[in-house]
Amino acid sequence: MSQLAKRIEDTFPGACTKVVEWRGDVSVTVKREALHDIGKFLRDDPALRFDYIVHVSSVDWPDDEERFEVVYEVYSIRTRQRIRLKTRVPESDCMVDSLTDIWKGADFMEREVYDMMGIRFRNHPDLRRILMPDEYEEGYPLRKDFPLRGKGWRDTFEFLDEPTR
Amino acid sequence: MAQFEDQRTTVYKVDPEHPEDATLPTLRTEELLLNMGPQHPSTHGVLKVILELEGERLVKSTPVMGFLHRGVEKLAEEGTYHQFIPHTDRLDYVCAMYNNFAYCRAVEKLMNITVPDRAEYLRTIVAEIQRIIGHQFWLGTQALDIGAMTVFFYCFRDREILLDWFDELCGARLTTSWYRIGGVERDFTPSLFAKLKQFLDYFPPKIDEYVIFLEKNRIWLARTKGVAVISAEDALSFGLSGPTLRGSGVDYDLRKYEPYSAYPKCEFSVPVGKNGDTYDRYWIRVQELYESVKIIRQCLEQIQDGPIMADVPSVTLPPKERVFTNLESMIQQFKLFSQGFNAPPGEIYCGTEAHKGELGFYIVSTGGGKPYRLKIRAPSFIHMGAFDHMSKGYMIADAVTIFGTYDIVMGECDR
Repeated sequence: MSQLAKRIEDTFPGACTKVVEWRGDVSVTVKREALHDIGKFLRDDPALRFDYIVHVSSVDWPDDEERFEVVYEVYSIRTRQRIRLKTRVPESDCMVDSLTDIWKGADFMEREVYDMMGIRFRNHPDLRRILMPDEYEEGYPLRKDFPLRGKGWRDTFEFLDEPTR
Repeated sequence: MAQFEDQRTTVYKVDPEHPEDATLPTLRTEELLLNMGPQHPSTHGVLKVILELEGERLVKSTPVMGFLHRGVEKLAEEGTYHQFIPHTDRLDYVCAMYNNFAYCRAVEKLMNITVPDRAEYLRTIVAEIQRIIGHQFWLGTQALDIGAMTVFFYCFRDREILLDWFDELCGARLTTSWYRIGGVERDFTPSLFAKLKQFLDYFPPKIDEYVIFLEKNRIWLARTKGVAVISAEDALSFGLSGPTLRGSGVDYDLRKYEPYSAYPKCEFSVPVGKNGDTYDRYWIRVQELYESVKIIRQCLEQIQDGPIMADVPSVTLPPKERVFTNLESMIQQFKLFSQGFNAPPGEIYCGTEAHKGELGFYIVSTGGGKPYRLKIRAPSFIHMGAFDHMSKGYMIADAVTIFGTYDIVMGECDR
């Protein structure tokens, strides 16, 4: 286990559920309740200083009990290392603490996750759709149960059901 | 009329002994909402920003994006890894090569492929040419937005030479798709080498020429110096990258921080700004033009003969001439495109220093020929997140400068 993951485990005992190191990337899955505290720790700890937010992403695993995975990737300019912080949320309670107060850039990135995957963020200053229209009501496009051709009026085109010649 | 004049004189008559007694007229003030875009020429595509104004000052600005959203990340889940390369062209459509590069690098990291030396050099040369094109495009349009038209013509004149060079290299000027997973599509011809060398001699004096127009231009200085200032701390917190971040004094450049391709073998410096304003970001980009020329020169000196594609038949494509003459190669090519290769389950993130900033690909694979999830970290999108912060307190006209200073392209922003 990498030193970084060990550091988190020591500071927050029992918060890490899974640590994976693959192809040089460290990813740590943490409990949802601890995400905000760990994020704050990663940014403020003088030895770590993860001050640069790389991206916020989400993955849909429809067969799992905790369906969605929220991914934060942060980088430390001083120590030149990166870490991927992940957390899982069930579909019935799709809510994570927003990290906007820790990294300001998380604002737009979390909005995109909400827009694409339908995961809501607690304490987010302005949680609205960002890429899809505000009044879009056909669901969340990057979920695995959302068809590639879209939903709604697009679905009514007859030629879509014709066999390809 | 007489009555009106009376009113004016009474209202503004202030007793100098007791100025607090004066009754000034109560002017009705309210914030004005102004929609900028989506058809405004300076928004570089279709972007709308709702500006809340107090007089001419920006109080709050809310970017409205998504006009160019094409669901590229969803499309990626439906195609094989090879099939996604042309989609990456359409992200940042003025600089397609860098998108190809970033994507191919990510897949190579996923598949653990080492690219042969010559291919690395070719990739670096083309990537730096693309950086020059990107910065020329940026400089031209930024100057045009601010009101300096001549620079635009000069930049585009020289950009044209390189686009023609791309045309000769891969048959397309903008949507190039020249990079392949594990290498490049085809080698340079001797004519391309000759033209490139000629360009390298031609170009540096031209950069000085662009600079002459701007460096002592009072309008340019007034409109860039001290505009859209952002501190290093805030810039990092917002996730800004590339020249936008380096303008604030952070030397974060993936070419140095996580060296890749042929960059570690070349000597170049990373220009860093001091004030974090638009002028510093302009200065950095101009210096990067010189650095790119330097890098290409060194690559051309160091490049050796060798293969241009990694020899991993289960992943990389066979050479085109073999596909046309050899049955096995044709089958291999067909299978790689229709079924794809078998990627190991796992997830990687790989960032590449494109001219706008860090262009990253986060790929989750569950095995099989298609990515399970592919997330694009687009610098334009992330830079727009800082727009409200950076535009607060500036004039409406500065909003145009700020769009420009990010070097946004909406194709990448909305994906």
